[in-house]
Amino acid sequence: METLISTFISKYNYWGYIILMMIGLYAMMVKNNLVKKIIGMNIFQTAIILFYISIGAKKGASIPIITHAFNAAPVSIHPAGYINPLPHVLMLTAIVVAVATLGVALAVIVIIYQRYETLELDEILKIRKETG
Amino acid sequence: MKLIGLISVILCGGLLFFGVTDFPGWGDPASPASTHVSPYYIQNTLADTSVPNIVTAVLADYRGYDTLGETTVIFTAAIACFFLLRFTRRLEPKERFYRHVPTGITLRISHGGKLPVESEAFERIDSLWSPHDVIIKTTCRLVVPFIQLFALYVIAHGHYSPGGGFQGGVILGAAMILYALSYDLRSALLRMSEKIGAIFCATGVFIYAGTGALCLLSGLNFLDYSALATVFGGDPVAARSHGIFAVEIGVGMTVMAAMIWIYYNLSSAGKHDEGL
Amino acid sequence: MIWELDVFILTLVIICAVGAITVRDLLGAAILFGAYSFMMCLLWAVMGAVDVAFTEASVGAGVSTVFFVVAVFQTTREAKD
Repeated sequence: METLISTFISKYNYWGYIILMMIGLYAMMVKNNLVKKIIGMNIFQTAIILFYISIGAKKGASIPIITHAFNAAPVSIHPAGYINPLPHVLMLTAIVVAVATLGVALAVIVIIYQRYETLELDEILKIRKETG
Repeated sequence: MKLIGLISVILCGGLLFFGVTDFPGWGDPASPASTHVSPYYIQNTLADTSVPNIVTAVLADYRGYDTLGETTVIFTAAIACFFLLRFTRRLEPKERFYRHVPTGITLRISHGGKLPVESEAFERIDSLWSPHDVIIKTTCRLVVPFIQLFALYVIAHGHYSPGGGFQGGVILGAAMILYALSYDLRSALLRMSEKIGAIFCATGVFIYAGTGALCLLSGLNFLDYSALATVFGGDPVAARSHGIFAVEIGVGMTVMAAMIWIYYNLSSAGKHDEGL
Repeated sequence: MIWELDVFILTLVIICAVGAITVRDLLGAAILFGAYSFMMCLLWAVMGAVDVAFTEASVGAGVSTVFFVVAVFQTTREAKD
C-alpha cells in the first residue's frame, strides 16, 4: 500500500496535465454556448501538447540548439546534454493545425449566428425542430 | 446532460490517473522517448546539415514532408473561411456614414445611396468611429515597420536561434492585422487586397513543393536537398542548409497570407466593408 | 528546469482554464483564453522548449485571441450559461 501511494505521489506532474485535459473535455461536452465549446476544444489541444513537451524534458540538459564556436566543429555532442527535440517538432505542427481549426470553427459560428440569431445549442435545436 | 458529462469525465480521469503510474519519471534521461531515435538527431544534425538549431533541421529537412502537409492544412483553412463567409447573401449596406473633414459634421445616408469615391471634402467612416484616435494611428504607424523587420529576422535567423518560418510568418501577418485594427479595414484592403493575399498563399505552397520537385528532377528523392548541390554548385552540406532556408521562406509566405485572409473574412463577416 | 516554478505556473494555468469556461461574458472568456495561452508559453519556456514557446506566444496569445475577439464582436457578447 505504501509503495502504491508513493508511486502515485511521484507522478504528480502528470496529474496537472490530466486535470487540464479533463477540464477541456468537460467544457466540450457540457456547455451550451458554442464559443465555450470552442474554448474547451482549444484547452484540450494545448493540454495534449503540454503533455508531449513534458516527455522530452531532461534534468540538467540545455535547449536543443548546439553551441559551437563560429566555423568550428564542436568537440563532442553528448545526447544527455540536450533536450529531446523530437516532441518539439511534432508539437509545432500540432499548434499550427490548432489555429487553423480555430479559424474555420469561428467562421462556422459567425454563419450560425447570422442564420439563427442565437449561439445557445438548445435554442438552435428548438428553432430547427419548429421550422422543420 | 451535466450529470452524464461529469460522470464520464471523472471516469476517464480516473482511468488516466491509474495508467500514469507506469510512466517514466519526469526528466529522466534514460526514458524510452529519449533513447531510440533522438540521439541520432542530436549527434548528427550539425555534421549533416550545418544547422545548429536541431528543431528547425528536423522540421524542414529530415521530416520535411510532414511540414509540407501542415502548410497545405493552413492554406486549406484559409480557403475554407473564404468559401464559408464570402458567399452569403450580398445585401446592399443599409446606411453609409460620411464625415465632412473641414467642419467635422457626420452624415448618415440610408437606403443604399452613396457619395462619389473621389470627393475631397467627405471621407467614409465606420459606424463605430471615434474622433480621438491620433495617438493610436501614429503609434501603430511608427511600430509596424519594426515588427515587419523583426519578423523577417526571425525567418532568416531560424537556423541559429529559436524561430523559423512559422513564427516569422505569423508575426508578419500580425503586423498587417495591427494596421487594419488601428486604421480601418478599408485602408488595409487598399494596401493588400484579398486577391494578393490569396496569390501569396498559393505561391508559398508552390515554393515549398517546387523545391522538392527540383530535387526530384535532379535524380534524388523528393525533398532531398543535397540534389541542389548538383544544380547550383557547392557541397551537399551547405546545399541542405540553403534548401531549408528556401523552404522556410515558402512556409512564412503562406502563413502570413493565411492569417491576413482569415482576419479579413472574419472581422467583416464576409462583407469587407467595415472591420473591428 | 526548476520544478517549483513549474508547479506554480501549472496551478495558474489550471485557474485560467477554469475561469475561461466559467465567466458569462464572452469577451472576458476570450481575454482569459489569451492569458491561458501566455501562461502555457511560459511553462514551455521553463521546460526548455523554446521553439514551441515562441510559436505559442505568437499564435496563441497573439493571433488566436484576436480571432476570438473579432468573432465575439460579430456575434453576441453574452452567454446564458
